Amino acid sequence: MTALLELKNLKTHFMKKKANIPAVDGVDLTIQKGETVALVGESGSGKSITSLSIMRLIPSPPGKIVDGQILFNGQDLVTLTDDQMCKIRGNDISMIFQEPMTSLNPVLTIGEQIIEVLMYHQKLNKSQARTKAVEMLELVGFSRAKALVDEYPHRLSGGMRQRVMIAIAMSCNPKLLIADEPTTALDVTIQAQILDLMKDLSKKYDTSILLITHDLGVVSEVADKVVVMYCGQVVEEAMVEDLFDEPLHPYTIGLMGSIPSLDDDLDRLQSIEGNVPPPEHFPQGCRFAPRCPHAFDKCRSALPALMDVEGGSRKVRCFLHGDKEATS
Amino acid sequence: MSTLTKKDSNSSIITDSDYILEVNDLKKHFPVKAGILQRNVGSVKAVDGLSFKVKKGETIGIVGESGCGKSTAGRTLIRLYEPTAGDIFFKGRNISKMSESELRRTVRKDIQMVFQDPYASLNPRKTLKSILLEPMKTHNMYKGKEREDKLDELLDRVGFNPLFINRYPHEFSGGQRQRIGIARALTLNPDLIIADEAVSALDVSIQAQIINLMKDLQEEMGLTYVFISHDLSVVRHISDRVGVMYLGKIMEFAPKKDIYEEPLHPYTQALLSAVPTPRKKGAAPRERIILKGDLPSPANPPAGCVFHTRCPAATAMCSEKVPEFREVKKDHFVACHLY
Ligand SMILES: Nc1ncnc2c1ncn2[C@@H]1O[C@H](COP(=O)(O)OP(=O)(O)O)[C@@H](O)[C@H]1O
Ligand SMILES: Nc1ncnc2c1ncn2[C@@H]1O[C@H](COP(=O)(O)OP(=O)(O)O)[C@@H](O)[C@H]1O
Ligand code: SF4
Ligand code: SF4
Ligand SMILES: [Mg+2]
Ligand SMILES: [Mg+2]
Repeated sequence: MTALLELKNLKTHFMKKKANIPAVDGVDLTIQKGETVALVGESGSGKSITSLSIMRLIPSPPGKIVDGQILFNGQDLVTLTDDQMCKIRGNDISMIFQEPMTSLNPVLTIGEQIIEVLMYHQKLNKSQARTKAVEMLELVGFSRAKALVDEYPHRLSGGMRQRVMIAIAMSCNPKLLIADEPTTALDVTIQAQILDLMKDLSKKYDTSILLITHDLGVVSEVADKVVVMYCGQVVEEAMVEDLFDEPLHPYTIGLMGSIPSLDDDLDRLQSIEGNVPPPEHFPQGCRFAPRCPHAFDKCRSALPALMDVEGGSRKVRCFLHGDKEATS
Repeated sequence: MSTLTKKDSNSSIITDSDYILEVNDLKKHFPVKAGILQRNVGSVKAVDGLSFKVKKGETIGIVGESGCGKSTAGRTLIRLYEPTAGDIFFKGRNISKMSESELRRTVRKDIQMVFQDPYASLNPRKTLKSILLEPMKTHNMYKGKEREDKLDELLDRVGFNPLFINRYPHEFSGGQRQRIGIARALTLNPDLIIADEAVSALDVSIQAQIINLMKDLQEEMGLTYVFISHDLSVVRHISDRVGVMYLGKIMEFAPKKDIYEEPLHPYTQALLSAVPTPRKKGAAPRERIILKGDLPSPANPPAGCVFHTRCPAATAMCSEKVPEFREVKKDHFVACHLY
């Protein structure tokens, strides 16, 4: 397998008057062709900033990619000009967000929004683009796609809007789809429709997906591989079955113990003490140490490196597994 | 007519002491106005005939997708909204038609509500201390030193550092604010707490802390909860019995084991099958029932069974006749023609 996307030690910081905010602070992540990778973690862990960095959509100032590489098909996106990046965004990488309404233009019809993208990036003429727009809407499951192209987005429900966003995102046949909490605002029955659709499309077109979510249930349904973030860093990476079978990092273990199960009755949830610290107050040493039930002296002074374990089939950042300190 | 409660709505006192709350065919319709004259052109049937009983010390979960009427039900139960029809018996008293002054005199302090966004319900210009003292002052409870003691007790109960007492709401994290929201609800020693999406905005590790706290408080203080949430897993964890709502009506109401392990109503079955859940290696995948289409508008609900437009088991009768909400097994109520 060849890596489609490879993040190497990605650091995206925000420079504020009072402090440097290390929102993303050394992220390593690889996505193979056709693979669905879930990026999970509680709010504030740096998931969205990681994805916006890949798209080169970080508001600057105050934000800046201060270190690392974003290799897409071997090419470092960090070094591209804005024009070059714009081409990549329309043709190779697309993104969908939690709130589809804010990304849809309320004064343009649904068709116009898809046609615009197709004419610009795929160089189709208007009637070709219109035909393709109807095709895309059918592809995402609208039975009355022909009529829908002339309607405005406000008439649509949340789930329908997200399907329109997927149609737009997929219309240029991207190699990578980044989906940031795409179903978080939707009800479970609608979420199920959207997740099924994303799975189908990725299989059909061999599209890789970076799925950002805080919902481990969603992860278990759609991901091939899982990357767990905490405080701007990756703390664990594993294939989905391995992770759910046996999480290794104390944070991942705590996270899984915190979710109530739909299938059995436990009297108490195993919770994680304390709160996620904001980036300007990331602790010394292992960033999970203040909340970790296994923390020992070394954890409070040295930062563990993200190490290969179990013969390189998974990675974990914790002194209980492997022993190395991070050098950077 | 409901088979859950058979109380005569004219009698204002009942004595069935096992039940702290009895709801009988409760409705809340919101008028839809249109035109310059703002004439009524119809109504949103947000809550359209709820009947259930709540035992003292138990937790009733109310689940359903957004817009099905959960929040409206909660707010109507505590009389923040005027009921359109139906009866609410609280500790034997019919409170559905009580005036505000009578409510204040009798039951207001006994029923409290905890909301999803504690921040929106906390005055940003007040310190934690004055937020907690306010309800005591309003209801003229505890005097002098007693108030300070009560304050200490509350902070201790919800696991709050007393050093934070002079801080303002914005200085706290989401989880801490929800602890404040809960402490405030407890100041007047209520019997019943209605929690509307109380943990829905929190990250899972914090959510677990708050759920554990609510369970502990229930045990220590003998509280009764009506726990409203769209999250089926959370509701299973915390509830004793669960009601599943769809378009303003209860489709199924039963002990949680029945609801989650042997759901009878086609809507409950579809809803449960849609929840993504982590599975252990080798476990068989659950069969998923994908519901077609979206929720119909509660301003114009389908005739017959309100679920018939999306129900995989619907027959001709379902679009004509409203299924009766009845007890089909012991303690297991369903509104569906299949049973
Ligand atoms: N424009 C910004 N200025 C300063 N800090 C920011 C900005 N955007 C995000 N951050 C910080 O970056 C951290 C990570 O944010 P984000 O990637 O959105 O988290 P997630 O998506 O995992 O919830 C947050 O703690 C936030 O405070
Ligand atoms: N104050 C109101 N005026 C008019 N309609 C309302 C009002 N509050 C809620 N509704 C409508 O009632 C229905 C039920 O809403 P709600 O009780 O908030 O549902 P839920 O809490 O289950 O998401 C929705 O269609 C909503 O739009
Ligand atoms: S390195 Fe130490 S503190 Fe960090 S997760 Fe491992 S045991 Fe816990
Ligand atoms: S009454 Fe008919 S439409 Fe309604 S849930 Fe039962 S089978 Fe489905
Ligand atoms: Mg985010
Ligand atoms: Mg609600």
